[in-house]
Amino acid sequence: MNNKPKIGVYVCHCGINIAKTVDVDAVAEFASHLPNVKVSREYSYMCSDPGQLLIKEDIKNEGLNRVVVASCSPRMHELTFRKTLAEAELNPYYLEMANIREQCSWVHEDREKATEKAKKLVAAAVYKARLLEPLQENEVGVEPATLIIGGGIAGIQAALDIANAGFKVYLVEKTPSVGGRMSQLDKTFPTLDCSACILTPKMVDVGSHPNIELLTYSEVEDISGYIGNFDIKVRKKARYVDMDKCTGCGICAEECRLTGRISSEYEVGMGNRAAIYLPFPQAVPAKYTIDPERCLFLTRGKCGKSPKCVDACAPGAIDFEQKDEIVEFKVGAIIVATGFDVFDASRKPEFGYNDYENVITSLELERLVAASGPTEGNIIIGKGRKGEKKKKKDRETFTPKEIAFISCVGSRDETVGNEYCSRVCCMYTAKLAHLLLEKIPDANVRVYYMDVRAFGKGFEEFYDRVRREGVRYIRGNPSEVFKRGDKLVIKAENTLTSTPIEDEVDLVVLAVGLEPRQDAREVIDLLRLSQSGDRFFMEAHPKLAPVDTATDGVFLAGCSQGPKDIPDTVAQAKGAASSALGPLSSGKVMIQAQIAHVDEATCRGCGFCVETCPYTAIELVTVNRVGHMVSVAKVNEALCKGCGACTAACLSGSIQQRSFMDEQILPQIAVLGGM
Amino acid sequence: MKEQFEPNVVAFLCNWCSYAGADLAGTSRVQYQPNVNIIRVMCSGRVNPLFVINALQQGADGVLISGCHPGDCHYIEGNFYARRRFGLMKELLDYVGVDPRRFNMSWVSASEGNKWKDVVEEVVEKAKEAGPFEQFRRNKINW
Repeated sequence: MNNKPKIGVYVCHCGINIAKTVDVDAVAEFASHLPNVKVSREYSYMCSDPGQLLIKEDIKNEGLNRVVVASCSPRMHELTFRKTLAEAELNPYYLEMANIREQCSWVHEDREKATEKAKKLVAAAVYKARLLEPLQENEVGVEPATLIIGGGIAGIQAALDIANAGFKVYLVEKTPSVGGRMSQLDKTFPTLDCSACILTPKMVDVGSHPNIELLTYSEVEDISGYIGNFDIKVRKKARYVDMDKCTGCGICAEECRLTGRISSEYEVGMGNRAAIYLPFPQAVPAKYTIDPERCLFLTRGKCGKSPKCVDACAPGAIDFEQKDEIVEFKVGAIIVATGFDVFDASRKPEFGYNDYENVITSLELERLVAASGPTEGNIIIGKGRKGEKKKKKDRETFTPKEIAFISCVGSRDETVGNEYCSRVCCMYTAKLAHLLLEKIPDANVRVYYMDVRAFGKGFEEFYDRVRREGVRYIRGNPSEVFKRGDKLVIKAENTLTSTPIEDEVDLVVLAVGLEPRQDAREVIDLLRLSQSGDRFFMEAHPKLAPVDTATDGVFLAGCSQGPKDIPDTVAQAKGAASSALGPLSSGKVMIQAQIAHVDEATCRGCGFCVETCPYTAIELVTVNRVGHMVSVAKVNEALCKGCGACTAACLSGSIQQRSFMDEQILPQIAVLGGM
Repeated sequence: MKEQFEPNVVAFLCNWCSYAGADLAGTSRVQYQPNVNIIRVMCSGRVNPLFVINALQQGADGVLISGCHPGDCHYIEGNFYARRRFGLMKELLDYVGVDPRRFNMSWVSASEGNKWKDVVEEVVEKAKEAGPFEQFRRNKINW
């Protein structure tokens, strides 16, 4: 085959995006004089159908065997143009792109200099294109199973969608029950659906679905492999309760010596539990768990004469000998749905959250208004200072009449490092204000706000309704909350009338924002995820790949990617599920072709590459080289990810990363360094 | 009047963090000098130290290698290799008399478009201070 390069160069205007600062005609003219360039054209939108057709026709009519597209970033359209080449029956890896938009026309103003730079970038691409080689993508099978990390509403929805499509799901949840944050909510905005009523049926479904293996009270320890073939290791923490024997009757918790003495995570400090506990009544699985950090027997080795839970449990489910268990399995795709943390209100000390018992967070109020909560839905607030020790009978409690919400606590606030809007606080504030008026009809409720963002379906209508019901909205974020006599005083400025305010109230509710989880780092380390500026996990593209990540086969759902309300979370979970179902249902994926390759004739078997490879994809094998048995490196193509670390380490240049070979990069350096 | 010296810097950027960060700078229309020419590699660990020498030989006045933040490498540990290699490289260049301002490394993540701009400005400024580089230059190789 005659493989003398015949290059076509295509310079894109991208409307005026490139053409405004780069003289596109001059670049195309310049490129036509570069070596081996047969055709050089400019066109308004190369990525459009007519643009692609132009390339395809030239390949056919002019016999092109290399294509250089000078347009946007290859991260944007490399795949598009590879497909174009493939459609014209040219190997898709005969494509090279010059990034003259993101890294040229958009970042420079000087037309002359930008044009010169664009010429250089195109020349570098042409010189590299001359040395490109055809590559073949390899096909690998896909394990028909999915790992979902996180059992909140996002994880639950994604699990159900995938399981209903007939594929196996491993749903791993850190806490003893699925349900997540949504299970803590009383009503949901703006429709006032009861959160538990819509969530629990789904929880039960995940618990009983034949295709879903629920791994609660478990953590993912290790992930290796690649799309289609991930190896997963999960630690099932010891519950000290035999899941098969426990009937969920709860007598153990009633009998426990610590009943009502341990602050409940689920009730966010508003209620208590025992050392053996069910996080909340509707928990799935409805099995008890012993808190190893609090249980007297587990911490001190002694609990009276014998542990009361053991005595109380008729089926004999309690097993203090239980150990953590490691479960290993394979999956083809992974969905990360690890959720969020609520902003810690004590980081805004001016609002007195740590000092006053009647300064509470919105999530704490959520538990108070919940009929299933510790006060059975009655708004009862303690009086006095936090941390004061009082006997239960001496505790003064009261029902507040003057109630103020402070919005944007921990959101849109650079002082705490959170520039973003948490997207749910405006609406849950309106919802909680509505619920408070329902419970305490003679209450005066006001909301101190920065802006009200009622952007979703039915949001604005709900906000209007709440204001008609008598909730007052005061524009201006308070500077301070302090105590005067029996009352709390909010100091603020009404920014619409420019008047200072001192407002005496009984209860202050801090509308706390959403933050990335404290333990997000563990997930990042497991999956090599990136974080965006707000520290939430980063999607592959903010608009066009919002559930994908930079790692093939790993998808994002819910608030781990950024703050979201429930409908958006569910929508994204469904998106992630359908993306995961792609490879699962086709049963095969193409793995990348730009991987390392060894020239056995020159490899001297030193093994540097073997030590360097982060994926242990290289091994030394013995081959017969003209009658001599010699040791050479060999690449496992399924394991190689194409990073090129081995290529940089090789002393003889024998191992080369395809498409990024030394001899392909050196001409680029020559052009960009020299000309 | 003599025209102000405009240095030419060759930059090697990893695909996943720094190249994406430079793309983000573009998407955000952050403006910076056109003196830095980018070569995309999949990982900063791919950059062979000889590339640096080669760039200087070809006529570059400065070289930049930019990868993911340490610990965030898309390929687990490629940027650690780069850090180790080019830490040594910098000392070697210094030893043979190359102004250390010509050789730079940075960590720019995919979300740091503004940081990319700062890096470019710093690198160009340093190369400007160091002046044109002639020491290594050899006749243009005909590829």
